[in-house]
Amino acid sequence: MPIMLRKKDFYAGLLMVLLGAGIGLNSATYSLGTFAHIGPGMFPFMLGVMMAIVGGLIFVTGLATPLEEGERILPAAMEWRGWACILAGPLMFILFGLYFGMAAATFMCIFVSALGDRTATVRRSAVLAVVVAVVGCLLFSYVLKVPFPLYRWGF
Amino acid sequence: MFASALSDLWYGFGVAFEPQNFMWCFVGVLVGNMVGVLPGMGPLATISVLLPLTFGIKPVGAILMLSGVFYGAQYGGAICSILLNLPCHPPHAVTCLDGFPLTKQGRGGAALGITVLSSFVGASWGILEMIFLAPVLVKVALEFGPTEICSLMLLGLLAGSTLAKGSPLKGIAMTLLGLFLGIVGTDVETGSERFTFGIPNLLDGIELVGLALGLFGIAEFMKSVNQYSEVNTRYSKVGLRDLRPSRDELRRSIPAMLRGTIIGSLCSLIPGTGPTIASFISYAAEKRVSKTPEKFGTGMIEGVACPEASTHSSVQGDFIPTMSLGIPGDAVMALILGALMIQGIVPGPQLIKEHPDIFWGLIASFWIGNVMLVLLNVPLIGLWVKLLMIPYKYLYPSALFFVAIGVYSTNNDMFQVGETVVVGLIGYLLLLLDFHPASILLGFVLGPRLEENFRRSLLVSRGDAMIFVERPISAFFLFLCVTLLAAQVYVRLRKPKALAALDVAEGNGVATARPAE
Repeated sequence: MPIMLRKKDFYAGLLMVLLGAGIGLNSATYSLGTFAHIGPGMFPFMLGVMMAIVGGLIFVTGLATPLEEGERILPAAMEWRGWACILAGPLMFILFGLYFGMAAATFMCIFVSALGDRTATVRRSAVLAVVVAVVGCLLFSYVLKVPFPLYRWGF
Repeated sequence: MFASALSDLWYGFGVAFEPQNFMWCFVGVLVGNMVGVLPGMGPLATISVLLPLTFGIKPVGAILMLSGVFYGAQYGGAICSILLNLPCHPPHAVTCLDGFPLTKQGRGGAALGITVLSSFVGASWGILEMIFLAPVLVKVALEFGPTEICSLMLLGLLAGSTLAKGSPLKGIAMTLLGLFLGIVGTDVETGSERFTFGIPNLLDGIELVGLALGLFGIAEFMKSVNQYSEVNTRYSKVGLRDLRPSRDELRRSIPAMLRGTIIGSLCSLIPGTGPTIASFISYAAEKRVSKTPEKFGTGMIEGVACPEASTHSSVQGDFIPTMSLGIPGDAVMALILGALMIQGIVPGPQLIKEHPDIFWGLIASFWIGNVMLVLLNVPLIGLWVKLLMIPYKYLYPSALFFVAIGVYSTNNDMFQVGETVVVGLIGYLLLLLDFHPASILLGFVLGPRLEENFRRSLLVSRGDAMIFVERPISAFFLFLCVTLLAAQVYVRLRKPKALAALDVAEGNGVATARPAE
């Protein structure tokens, strides 16, 4: 693999250039207006152009500097389980919250995300989830009165 | 001026001592102190989590509480550094150098005592500075038109993004991204929808709470999961009696404290050079002043007193541009400003006049809060040490629940929980590429105001962009911007090594967290 492709700045710069170009092109579809009467597209257009320029600079400095020792883009250990569980936790909250209410949503959110730790067991995660869910529901439902029913059955 | 400042301060104490406000201030410092001790939870994550809880509180109470969390966490972070050698909170990374050796020599308690004392000295000075400097700044800033405000914001954003940790170019890129995210939604002036992709929930723009919790909650958890091993608490048995420093330690610390305070307050005047840089500079300066520089790193009490004092004086000083000009120096200040905006208060020079209760109440609460922290830290130190043992694997799932319910409760909208997850994933990818998402928040908060002022100044000049350099004050700010950039380029080209060292040392907890020996 060429050295270039192993550098963070290569991807960082590329990402910013693409993002800037995307924003710039997209804002050109809104009205740019004139300098005296700036339209809705002007400011984001300028941001997009600047972002692309800065991205280009990041890209160039990435090419110009030698590869740092031990530079790697992905972390040393891929924590697929951890990442998946952390992202799944709040998603579970949405899903169970919409159909079964706050209590179930809270339990599932904590239970699923707790499983992300390498040493986690189903039992311990469940205990943690129950404890936090009880405390959390008391706090948010009774003390802070968040309008979110504790139980519901809605499909 | 002196008399009026005193009477205003008196008024502020009246506000801060109102039972409600007093209580929120106490809750803030307590929670901040507690969370500051926990490895892996910084002030940014804590303030973002607590942000939605403050919507039901009156503005004064909300700001008192959030600020309390911020400076409370600074007290907590020092405990982590000194007893465990874990620089979880960047400003205290340098305290590890001499704090942990002291702990190994059995003087950890004394180091903590000195820390509490220097924090209080530093903070008090920072507060004094705010009392006298902020009104002066306001007087100047009230004369500013949209052109000057625009250039000043540009300066603030540039300083905030290039002087903070990491590569300056990447900081600017993140600020631009933040500015962009700030204007998603309905354009205030023309009413046209921008970048909503047809999603009606985005018409009101991206929610500050969702953005902050995604970037500093979910993305941070993804970075830290399975990274914290069990902490070694072999050295951390500290009792109440151990906190008292010996007479010799006290004698050596006091001048160091004062030097640190001055350095910290100077640093806080430049936006972007927050507490972290202040603590590094002051440690280096203290080493230079010392008669025995070779002993630094082996447990010199000065090496604890000086950076801690400077951290706290700059923490308080950070509030000056935020409250008087409405321009935050870092992400924490951006969050606090965002909280004000959610409460319907327009930040800027008019804030002190229109909401004196917030400004002077906040200042008075700083003092009350710092006294509370000293009183809290002394008897509770044993409890804090026990808190250090809470494993991360129980901490982050609970925090994730707070993230989810917090985002939901801001608008009672599940869509925003999903938005937070997406932001979190993107934030983690950005972290992998060495982008520091803190600058995004800075841009996000200032984005709409920058656009508004930019439009207005060009409207005034009838489309002549030269107005930014023709107006003297605006030209001066732009000149500072250019100088700042030139200095950055010069320093990066000339002394890459020294900067690289600073970057490494400043890196977030996980990167530098060495397990206690």
